[in-house]
Amino acid sequence: MKITIASGKGGTGKTTVSSNLTSYLASLKKQIVLVDLDVEEPNSALFLNTKLVHSKVSNKMIPQWDATDCTLCGRCEEVCNFNAILQLPEEIRVFPELCHSCYACSELCPTSSLPMVPTQIGIINEYKNELFSMVEGRLDLGQEMAIPLIAQTIEYADEKFPDYMKIYDAPPGTSCPVIEASRYSDFVILITEATPFGLNDLTLAVETMKVLNQKVGVIINRYGIGDDGVEKYCQAENIPIITKIQNDKEVAKLYSNGELIYDKIEHFKNSLDEIIAFIGGLK
Amino acid sequence: MREVVVISGKGGTGKTSLSASFAYLARQDAVVCDCDVDAANMHLLLDANFKEQSDFYSGEIAVIDPQLCTNCGECFDVCRFDAITKETNFHVVDPISCEGCHYCSRICPDDAIEMVTQKAGDIFISDIKNGARMVHAKLGFGAENSGKLVAKVKSVAKELALKEDKKYVITDGSPGIGCPVISSLSGANLVLLVTEATVSGLHDLKRVHALTKTFNLKVVCIINKYDLNRKITNQIREYLSSEKVQLLASLAYDENFTKALSVAKPIVEFDENCEIAKQIKLSWKNIKNILKDI
Repeated sequence: MKITIASGKGGTGKTTVSSNLTSYLASLKKQIVLVDLDVEEPNSALFLNTKLVHSKVSNKMIPQWDATDCTLCGRCEEVCNFNAILQLPEEIRVFPELCHSCYACSELCPTSSLPMVPTQIGIINEYKNELFSMVEGRLDLGQEMAIPLIAQTIEYADEKFPDYMKIYDAPPGTSCPVIEASRYSDFVILITEATPFGLNDLTLAVETMKVLNQKVGVIINRYGIGDDGVEKYCQAENIPIITKIQNDKEVAKLYSNGELIYDKIEHFKNSLDEIIAFIGGLK
Repeated sequence: MREVVVISGKGGTGKTSLSASFAYLARQDAVVCDCDVDAANMHLLLDANFKEQSDFYSGEIAVIDPQLCTNCGECFDVCRFDAITKETNFHVVDPISCEGCHYCSRICPDDAIEMVTQKAGDIFISDIKNGARMVHAKLGFGAENSGKLVAKVKSVAKELALKEDKKYVITDGSPGIGCPVISSLSGANLVLLVTEATVSGLHDLKRVHALTKTFNLKVVCIINKYDLNRKITNQIREYLSSEKVQLLASLAYDENFTKALSVAKPIVEFDENCEIAKQIKLSWKNIKNILKDI
């Protein structure tokens, strides 16, 4: 089973829930792996006391100009829909950050003058502690496109841990990176807080998941502050509220220090139990 | 006209609360700009009225005409995005996977594939509660190109600021370090990094700061929830001083912050005499002074 933990708004507790949930399930002898897909700012590993066991460069393929047989016919520039190729009077220039790796320029070039070559966009790290493994994608600074790295991180985890349950820690927002982190899962858990901000962004996330035909459930974090807007919305939309995690400064303190929470705070553990019971009921 | 962009790396550090507070304090001197287009919510704090709307078109997707398709499969062979699947008598494109590269439509021997421009979102210009104006957007569900939408929102805000002879553009950026963030940073005169005293706050601050360095941008910082973890706060301060980044303020953990959100008010409006509000006012004064000298 693959479960994505996502949220519209950032800072609602995705990483807190996914790292604690994975640790707790692993302590209950579940075969599980945590996959950090927030490749722009991956920080699950900070909470898990893990050791790095393997690193792999993540590449995307980009065209590289080979002047030898090029006749400067202009076909490459013409077929590139992303303005990633510029034909100058005496050379072809490629802008790697704009390239979507569609191969059109390379394969439609009559003289094969734009072979595709790998270029690094990030790294995939595999970590381990006594109980379980985790995999993260980490985008290189200045790289704009997170999608290929997210896809490769998912693939890495699938190949390395084929039969394990997977928890995907998704990036915030509702655009392409979140979609990539959610579309192959069996279920999406959206974490929100009971404020107008939380509700606004939850609504956006729910609508996005509808486009993907994904089933969703909601966790309300920092419950006790704010209002009942989120609960009313979930009721009206018929979205299950999986658990409500109490607002508690002690949780924030433990989190600030990079510590796990479920083994120290009872109400938080109870919330995880509710999540596990809910997941257990999914078909 | 000078632009300050507020970003954070990590989400939920208080970026939007601070941006909205500055917007509130700047009154008619500023145009406000929400670049967190895929989870835009600053409008809630500023009573935006969605006065003018325009469509934002960006990117294309391939559409196969089943009448013309002979099911040869050449499109399937060239698509690198697994966007094309074979049905019994023809092929179809999955609009979510399609990158809009045009490759399939160029090589289709039956001319059965058309590229259709997509509406990627809406752009709004609103009046807001302090008499200023705000430019914001809503990305279409499942749409791509949030970076391009960010660029558009920024350019609309800047045009408006120039036209109305405003002193400032205050831009709320998005979390992360990828394409929307890079778009938000372009052309900024000053970047305000908002972080929090947590291990992830520090980790994400370093990454997003490194990103601003690659663009040679002038940077200042505010630490939120500094008293949540004083050890981390000290580490953040050490990092900032070693990087010569000016620290404008350290704000205490205060549930007023969230209470203000709940009633949809910037904290400086919610309780203008509380300690946090005072510090935010001082920070805004500092930012104005820094912008003057740039």
